[in-house]
Amino acid sequence: MAETAKLLGTKGSPYSHRAEVALRLKEANFEFLHEDLAHKSDMLLRYNPIHKKIPVLVHGEKSIVESLIVVEYVDEAFDGYAILPSDPYERAMARFWARYIDEKVIPAFWMSCWTDGEMQKGFIAQAKETLTTLEGQLKGKKFFGGDSIGFVDLAAGMVAFWFGILQEVAGINLLNEEDYPVLCRWADDYCSIEPVKESLLDRKLLVAHFASKKEKIFATKAPVYD
Amino acid sequence: MCSNGPVLLDFWESPYGQRVRIALAEKGLEYEYKEEDLFNKSDLLRKSNPVYKKVPVLIHDGKTICESLIIMEYIDEVWSDKVKILPSDPYQRAQARFWADFSNKVCECGQRLWQLKGEGQEAAKKEMIEKLRLFEAELGDKEYFGGDNFGFVDIALVPLTSCFYTYETCANFKIEEAAPKIVAWAKRCMERESVAKSLYEPSKVYDFVCFLKKHFGFE
Repeated sequence: MAETAKLLGTKGSPYSHRAEVALRLKEANFEFLHEDLAHKSDMLLRYNPIHKKIPVLVHGEKSIVESLIVVEYVDEAFDGYAILPSDPYERAMARFWARYIDEKVIPAFWMSCWTDGEMQKGFIAQAKETLTTLEGQLKGKKFFGGDSIGFVDLAAGMVAFWFGILQEVAGINLLNEEDYPVLCRWADDYCSIEPVKESLLDRKLLVAHFASKKEKIFATKAPVYD
Repeated sequence: MCSNGPVLLDFWESPYGQRVRIALAEKGLEYEYKEEDLFNKSDLLRKSNPVYKKVPVLIHDGKTICESLIIMEYIDEVWSDKVKILPSDPYQRAQARFWADFSNKVCECGQRLWQLKGEGQEAAKKEMIEKLRLFEAELGDKEYFGGDNFGFVDIALVPLTSCFYTYETCANFKIEEAAPKIVAWAKRCMERESVAKSLYEPSKVYDFVCFLKKHFGFE
């Protein structure tokens, strides 16, 4: 389909980032429609009535939601760069680790940033374990996808760019070169890839954004990505 | 003895395991079923799924695949010459993945429903009804979520239907009143051999949940 796709998202969201990088890797024609999450557009509510969240990909009047589902759709609907591997077992592994990032790595790190006392200690211990497990998956490869970035790299975009920002704002030091040399090296390499660079906000802006929302996030634990 | 066919590490009552059993049966595949004692997990399970140590796990060609929906996609891709579980159109596939994932949320909601009491249980009940009604709207007048074909979403959701009696009894409501089309769809699915052979009697599921409640102190 040659029609221009529309991606409803925000530059501040790591989930929106996944979808945007997927489209850029495919050199797809798309329009980025920036959502104000405090005042969600009619378009967002119409195309994602159940979750009312970004990212939403609108492609020929059809909408696809949930970031990892959007990435798989982009991989299948657009020609060009292969985001997922072709072997069924390797695809299963990619899906498994992407899910692990969403279910274990991100929640543990997020809660480590926005809790204190004994609760924070517990989350930090969990976060360290999940980061170690994730780092283990790089196993001598440049990227999770091998020589080039793939599904798991996109899923881990938050680790590569957002984790450093969040921990700076929160005043903790979890993801560092001393403890996770391989993961930190991967993060630098991932962020240097052209389609990734094009989708990332200026770091200082994102630090300022989270710093300004720090109290609110600490109180609610809810993410604020716009 | 080395088997080249798939091996499934599973637990009889697991709705996630049942999804895989149904998928394997729909594909007409022979496999070895190994029942796990979830209170005394085997070394094989711990080694095959070191991250979560959970069932189901599919062992095939010396490799292990975990997470029920991921296993289902693997089965569909490896045995692509058999009846298709996922549609071939990318948009239809995205829709199927969305609703299959949503059925996981129904399962989580169901767990809260039997674990909690009072306000927590009421909230879980309300959420369950809301989610089942969304599934009902998605089903519409189709025979299955896959249209004429029993597919990914049907397989993902149908194991939860043998938990309906448990949810109704714990939270005092009738799912047929809230989502009659889902109940009717569930009955149609039970006419399929793959489903009938994989699911257990609702009363047996209820007895097991009562045992869990006692064991984990949810009473």
